[in-house]
Amino acid sequence: MTESVAPVGRGPNGPKPRRVFSRRNIFLYGILGLVACYYALPLYVMVVTSLKGMPEIRMGNIFSPPVEVTFQPWVKAWAEACTGLNCDGLSRGFWNSVMITVPSVVLSIAIASVNGYALANWRFKGANVFFTILIFGAFIPYQVMIYPLVIILREMGLYGSFWGLVLVHSVFGMPILTLLFRNYFSSLPEELFKAARVDGAGFWGIFLKIMLPMSVPIFVVAMILQITGIWNDFLFGVIYTKPANYPMTVQLNNIVNSVQGVKEYNVNMAATMITALVPLTVYFISGRLFVRGIAAGAVKG
Amino acid sequence: MNQTTSSVSIRGLDLHFGSVKVLTDLDIEIGEGEFLVLLGSSGCGKSTLLNCIAGLLDVSGGEIHIKGRNVTWDEPKDRGIGMVFQSYALYPQMTVRGNLSFGLKQAKVAKSEIESRVKRAAEVLQIEALLERKPAQLSGGQRQRVAIGRALVRDVDVFLFDEPLSNLDAKLRASLRVEIKRLHQQLHNTMIYVTHDQIEAMTLADRIAIMKDGAVQQLGTPHEIYSSPVNRYVAAFIGSPSMNFFSGSLSGDNFVSDTMTLSMDRYAFDGTGRQNGRVELGVRPEHVACDEAARDMPFQVEVDVDVVEPMGSDTQVWGSLQGEEFRFRVDGQSTLKTGDKVLVGIDPARTCLFDMTTELRL
Repeated sequence: MTESVAPVGRGPNGPKPRRVFSRRNIFLYGILGLVACYYALPLYVMVVTSLKGMPEIRMGNIFSPPVEVTFQPWVKAWAEACTGLNCDGLSRGFWNSVMITVPSVVLSIAIASVNGYALANWRFKGANVFFTILIFGAFIPYQVMIYPLVIILREMGLYGSFWGLVLVHSVFGMPILTLLFRNYFSSLPEELFKAARVDGAGFWGIFLKIMLPMSVPIFVVAMILQITGIWNDFLFGVIYTKPANYPMTVQLNNIVNSVQGVKEYNVNMAATMITALVPLTVYFISGRLFVRGIAAGAVKG
Repeated sequence: MNQTTSSVSIRGLDLHFGSVKVLTDLDIEIGEGEFLVLLGSSGCGKSTLLNCIAGLLDVSGGEIHIKGRNVTWDEPKDRGIGMVFQSYALYPQMTVRGNLSFGLKQAKVAKSEIESRVKRAAEVLQIEALLERKPAQLSGGQRQRVAIGRALVRDVDVFLFDEPLSNLDAKLRASLRVEIKRLHQQLHNTMIYVTHDQIEAMTLADRIAIMKDGAVQQLGTPHEIYSSPVNRYVAAFIGSPSMNFFSGSLSGDNFVSDTMTLSMDRYAFDGTGRQNGRVELGVRPEHVACDEAARDMPFQVEVDVDVVEPMGSDTQVWGSLQGEEFRFRVDGQSTLKTGDKVLVGIDPARTCLFDMTTELRL
């Protein structure tokens, strides 16, 4: 056999050499760069416009960077812009959104995680029927449920309040979150659950002491999904709350679409940026955890 | 009721999922301090039976008694059992100490008592140095030791092992096997051990229950199972390489087939007595004598050698006897090669006869 082996030094040996500027690489990175620019362009326009004064905007060069950088539009958008009778800017909407998002996220995740755990580990009678109904709920268009929900909230005396909207958000988050948690919990080894039962832990003991500490990634995913979803919601916000409780998105719309006076593009841009800041921050902070958690939750169906 | 000698008693146990019957009408009595091994190929219901005893699966019928108490409807924690799993199932976020004490904390045992029990278990298993580590920092053997420790601290009457060594490599498996045996001799607890590995079963067990299709085929000491299997399945299952089978017929005292005629007058027939008819003769490869030794045997025949597998201590030979496969074992020093002809001898007293239709031992 030895005679068929080429002598060392001639022929392929060691790592295969790769050219950095191959046609393939130029093509690949060129396209990637182009697409990235295309996507980032609107953001760029928004940022530069929000930093310009109105006279500069009227000159019409929307792509040119600001000659004179001013943060006045941001201050105005946050604290002075008028919506209806209130002239305290987006700050009111921001705090409304916080008051809506935080309880909705906590409530929906708390309920959905227990649901998912029960469905994955405690195979009670009718579990499959229950699960099917829940998943079916995920496919029903929201529009169908809007009016019935208005009536239900009215009868409960919650219509127009924060808690009414929190309830709506929690209910609508339930199918997808339960699915997410159920899949994650069924991917954990079943023997762990059995061992905990032999050790004498009950339903809550196993959930709180064994399962929860192992489920940080999936909780992060659920939090990101819920925070961005609820923060960006417009439809439920405008339907189920009254003007004093409008979330930020609704207020943003009211600022941008106001018909009186001069269109202050820089303020509008700044207001939009401020509104988008929360989901953006959440993504930047937890992007990697998000991908890991999604992958972990999606493995088993 | 006479419960004094029985530690675990399974009576008429049934389990079915829908129309699929997993266990049917099982009766097993396990004595105090006995080491019982449930042995069978995968899917035979041995692990399911263990889960039923542990209370992790609800039974469809029958009763389970542990220490004379009917525990059929009890929660796992109330049954006085400890369980060790194949995948170790250690709680990953807790230290070894946390893993060992979790069950005791759940049972609200006093702190000082937990401390002393964990200490004792760690001493027995020689894991004192590992107490503050997380499971991820342990090797497979250490993890399984911790898993055993978790059962140990609970001071239970019955230990349940669900293929505890299957995830370990061969060398570690052998050493941990001895340790489990030593542990049993030290503790004198009742142990029920599920495995598909016949070496583990033979070496550890006081008694072995061979299972197939949710029923116990034979329950007996390793020696009984090996030397007088009740049916063809048990005979073929136990022993490696497995038993040779030759089909033929029994007429009077003689086994007659196309290739051989054996006088069975030294064979210990079962109580049912002998019946003439179609039978199978089982011969264990290690009971076949070869060459010089074969000349002293009551029956001798010449065999062609097809394949030789040297294993060091001995050599397995795959031969053929006029087309029929014939496996036997020779000394490791043997110089047999493929194509050789060799004289082999069989002692009818060490063979097994099975009825062709019922597959039961005669």
